[in-house]
Amino acid sequence: MSHRLGTGGRLIDRARPMDFTFNGKTMRGYAGDTLAAALLGAGQTLVGRSFKYHRPRGIMASGAEEPNALVGLGEGQRYEPNQRVTTTELFPGLKATSQNHWPSLEFDVGAINAKLWRFFPAGFYYKTFIAPRPFWKHLYEPIIRRSAGLGRAPDAETHDADRYEQIYAFCDVLVAGGGIAGLKAAREAAEAGKRVILTEQNAHFGGRAVVDGIEVDGQAAGAWVSAQVAALSAMANVTVLARTMVSGVYDHGYALAYQRIADHTPGAEKPRHRLWRIRAGQIVAATGAIERPLSFAGNDLPGVMLASAVRDYVVNWAVSPGKAVAVVTNNDDAYRTALALHSVGVKVPAVIDARREATGDLPARARAAGIRVIEDAAVRHVEGGKAVTGVAICRFNSDGGAVIETLACDALAMSGGWSPVVHLWSHCGGKLLWNEAGAFFRPDPQRPPLGADGKGFVTCVGAANGDLGTEGEAPMLPVWLMPAQASYDLRAKAWLDPQNDVKVSDVQLAAQEGYASVEHTKRYTTLGMATDQGKLSNINGLAILSDALGQPIPQTGTTTFRPPYTPISLGAIAGEARGGIFQPLRKTPMYDWHLARGAHWEPVGHWRRPYCYPQAGESHAQAVNREITQTRKAVGILDASTLGKLVVKGPDAGRFLDMLYTNVMSSLKVGKCRYGLMCNENGFLSDDGVVARLSEDTWLCHTTSGGADRIHGWMEDWLQCEWWDWKVHVVNLTEQFAQIAVVGPKARTVLEKLGGDMDLSAEAFPFMDWKEGHLGGIPARIFRISFSGELSYEVAVPAGQGLALWERLMEAGAEFGVAPYGTEALHVMRAEKGFIMIGDETDGTVIPQDLGLSWAISKKKSDFLGKRGMEREAMVSADRWQLVGLETLDGSVLPDGALAPLPGKNDNGQQETQGRVTSTYYSPTLGKGIAMALLHKGPERMGETVEFQNASGGTVAARVVDPCFYDKAGEKQNV
Amino acid sequence: MLLLSCPCCGVTAEETEFANGGEAHLKRFGPGSTDAEYEAYMFARKNPRGVHFERWRHAYGCGKWFLMARDTMTLEVYGTYKAQTSAPPEELQAHIKARRPEWEGF
Amino acid sequence: MSEAVSALAGARASGLVELADAGATGMITLRGELSLLGGALQSVLGLGLPGLRQVVTGEKGQVLWMSPDELLVILPYAEATAAAAALTAALGDAFATVAVVSDARAMIRVSGAQARDVLAKLMPVDFADFPVGSVRRSRAAQVAAALWRVSDSDWSLICFRSVAGYVWEGLATVAQPGGEVGLYR
Repeated sequence: MSHRLGTGGRLIDRARPMDFTFNGKTMRGYAGDTLAAALLGAGQTLVGRSFKYHRPRGIMASGAEEPNALVGLGEGQRYEPNQRVTTTELFPGLKATSQNHWPSLEFDVGAINAKLWRFFPAGFYYKTFIAPRPFWKHLYEPIIRRSAGLGRAPDAETHDADRYEQIYAFCDVLVAGGGIAGLKAAREAAEAGKRVILTEQNAHFGGRAVVDGIEVDGQAAGAWVSAQVAALSAMANVTVLARTMVSGVYDHGYALAYQRIADHTPGAEKPRHRLWRIRAGQIVAATGAIERPLSFAGNDLPGVMLASAVRDYVVNWAVSPGKAVAVVTNNDDAYRTALALHSVGVKVPAVIDARREATGDLPARARAAGIRVIEDAAVRHVEGGKAVTGVAICRFNSDGGAVIETLACDALAMSGGWSPVVHLWSHCGGKLLWNEAGAFFRPDPQRPPLGADGKGFVTCVGAANGDLGTEGEAPMLPVWLMPAQASYDLRAKAWLDPQNDVKVSDVQLAAQEGYASVEHTKRYTTLGMATDQGKLSNINGLAILSDALGQPIPQTGTTTFRPPYTPISLGAIAGEARGGIFQPLRKTPMYDWHLARGAHWEPVGHWRRPYCYPQAGESHAQAVNREITQTRKAVGILDASTLGKLVVKGPDAGRFLDMLYTNVMSSLKVGKCRYGLMCNENGFLSDDGVVARLSEDTWLCHTTSGGADRIHGWMEDWLQCEWWDWKVHVVNLTEQFAQIAVVGPKARTVLEKLGGDMDLSAEAFPFMDWKEGHLGGIPARIFRISFSGELSYEVAVPAGQGLALWERLMEAGAEFGVAPYGTEALHVMRAEKGFIMIGDETDGTVIPQDLGLSWAISKKKSDFLGKRGMEREAMVSADRWQLVGLETLDGSVLPDGALAPLPGKNDNGQQETQGRVTSTYYSPTLGKGIAMALLHKGPERMGETVEFQNASGGTVAARVVDPCFYDKAGEKQNV
Repeated sequence: MLLLSCPCCGVTAEETEFANGGEAHLKRFGPGSTDAEYEAYMFARKNPRGVHFERWRHAYGCGKWFLMARDTMTLEVYGTYKAQTSAPPEELQAHIKARRPEWEGF
Repeated sequence: MSEAVSALAGARASGLVELADAGATGMITLRGELSLLGGALQSVLGLGLPGLRQVVTGEKGQVLWMSPDELLVILPYAEATAAAAALTAALGDAFATVAVVSDARAMIRVSGAQARDVLAKLMPVDFADFPVGSVRRSRAAQVAAALWRVSDSDWSLICFRSVAGYVWEGLATVAQPGGEVGLYR
């Protein structure tokens, strides 16, 4: 049984015990423990159940590569599933729960799957549940999802209690990994005056060297590391980050690093995680190497661990995985584990070495210490149910038929050699070379990932570069299966990927079924998927696949290394962008007033505009109807500040606007307004609005609310990239002005009450004129334009005085019952007038001619943007859908977007249609439903009745009418 | 994520400050052009595997459009230059040729 | 005449840095050939022409280099209209554009020893290469912003008026105590 040793433990402080719970049971660890060390120290070797077969699983590794020991951490607003116990630092009160079992960890009903293993081979789900199709969605998938999988998601109603942030950082050299190689690289770059960021994923620097007790530059590794970290931290050009993992390397030297600031101090007033968005000149990957497991039957039992991990637990945390720990290996390095165990008094029954002879210095030292070495041997299988009770040994070159000996032990340390961590090299395209002697892939320095300058920007150093420090050791023997000719029964219990429950036999079956590509095999068997992304399993898996395919390993190649190296939190990815600042919220100067009046909001791009202002007891529909009726009867005001306002000025401004608009703007007289349309080069309508000529060389172009930035960019594009010799400036003044539409028969009276220096009389200020002056003491520009059909003025004032004007208008209009109205009333009133709305009547395929706007297209101009596009055959066809109004025969409101079906199918097998509703409203003015639609040859079909589909599968009959439903002669707006 | 250098304001910044505008050096064909010319202007794009000339706007910066020669395979940036030109500068073309001798030219 | 209200209405906040709404501030956008604009600036406001991405400060205000053909003049709010008129007059028939944009923007002052660390949490900008008197247009979180360095530890940031609250909340969020970084020391 695993236990805490009486003395030692490099990282723990025995004076600071810490209580924590695992599945509700209180246990004790020490400050400096990882949760894994604390669990093992408390004798807890069983920590979870496996993904598919619900097999008992324990802790296999000591770091980021851990495949098995995932737990749910915390509770409520701080609950998080699938946390690796090996990288979780212990803190007082930590709560961990095991995953993927029911009803309990000790007794799991799903473990029956393990007894049925013959029935769950690779591709089982694909093969078995493929038909009948509806069963998958309604029956198979829900059941499989419930019984398979990792931890449960946090409760939907909880909100993460922590805060997260990001930071942009820049450096000449980013060093990922704080082991000996990383520290040396950082120091060298720092001494050369480079700006350096050094990251280490763990809380402690030094990597393996400090555990293995080697010497660096004639100093003990621990002392050397401390001195280097201290020296680097003191340098002004170096940023040293512990608990920070470089999770990914991207184009042009971009890297993400994931800093875990407060995981070990939950509830602290700190950001929990910080995501570093680093742009580095060079990236040094000093990411070390990961030990490979060996594939033998029962290699997934709790108590079977990586040899290096066993060493880590002994040295760092004074924890032994058992009372008697056997070692199985194909290399010399694992003997260090045997020696480490022996030195602290843990019994090592034997080292089982697959090699014919173990002749190196380390085996010699082990023998000298009295440790038995069994050569040319293999673990045939591990004995035990929920824990190791012994290992059966056979000859390595055999099928495992003959057991030569069974050793009693309660843990087994295994080593299959080491694989450099080449992820950061590979993320952005660095290629790999196969190293035959070490049986691993290492970076090919001739084919690095390339940066903006076309040169490599990542280098690997130390073990990540394949320099494993094995000089002086005897050669390792590549071992991909143990024993070498293991029978089917053994292979079907030999786990390659414990996280996904993929066995040697599964990969062999995949190959047999024709999966020759490693990428396909991965997806078919799930080898190397999920949270560990096959850190332990990939090389072993592709070796088995290569063997099954009868080809060398480099020919099979690796699957793609993708970021992140280990999972990072969604919180860190979101950073500060959550809650109220999830995305920008654009507010008009009158926003707070609307808010205080209980406005119901409509998002318009990032703007938030009042949809309506419901009064007590009023539904939204009632509020909209009231606002319209009051406006048409007396007066209403609308916050139109979001309208785009672009000033276009210069000697060539008229010529420029004649190119941008379909009609002529250069002929507009100073003091006048004109409605205009803008199209893209396809001839499709893109934006519309009223243009006012401010002076001889200056025009003010109003755009739609959503179009201001886009049209500004569009204008700059043509000016900078096509007509760069034209003398035109564009200035976006959208936000300089608050704009208020004052609408209704009493509009003039209300404005006049405010007082000012502008004559607002009908004679002095006719429709489609604009004036500049003062209104109630506020500098104002008034445009006499109408989007409602009523007498209407749009008043623009400096934004900082918008609220003041709004409040004065409310005051002055009070005697007429002035109604502030929202976007829905605006939409209904414009639809009553048959005015189009960009985005409703247009969808990027509609030309102005479709909308009855031919009058706004110049016949005289030889060119304007979109003119050539409109001349295309399909655009001039008589068969186009064109704008009409619709009145339902029963007065009901048509569904938005409703299609008018025709008998038959089109070439794609879809229902033939002849038209589509583009806008549809209840008109309180007319007391019935009205709509606008694009209808095949619509204007020729006035009076005809057309059926439109409704939501319940039936149709609604509507009469085709003129789109202008209200005051067609325009008498009301022209008073 | 690319790193771009704006030739208009001299800032080197990450891609998120910029907006891509597609292929550079298109010739506009307006009224009077043939269907083939118009089609080439509107829809025919080179989409090369290799050297590509493209439009970028420093949208969050100085607001200016500029042009860039970039390799679509390696993402190597050969250079950026101002938009007010109908062909890439000679020295940039020479630089590209030196880096990619197999390049057929602009 | 009513008093102009700034979007942030004089807000202040304290955390890793001090945040303050600069209040209603006069701003004038100038477009045109820079040498031409420089002449008008000198004659009307006595201000020199800033170099590439530089800020010139004088008695009557500041001028920011915004783009190869754009400057931004910053001066007291009440003086903007008259100054714009004078600049327009000084430029005469030349091809240039003068526009008052005081109300279109919000200006936030960020002060303190940790200002660069806080700003780096929202802006993809290298603050190691950002001397006093230089200006950088970039983005703050998801919106456009211009930032200039007033002194070692004082910065001014302008953004569009409609998103002033968003930028303010963003800065206040990343400036909360506990979020110390120590990147720029």
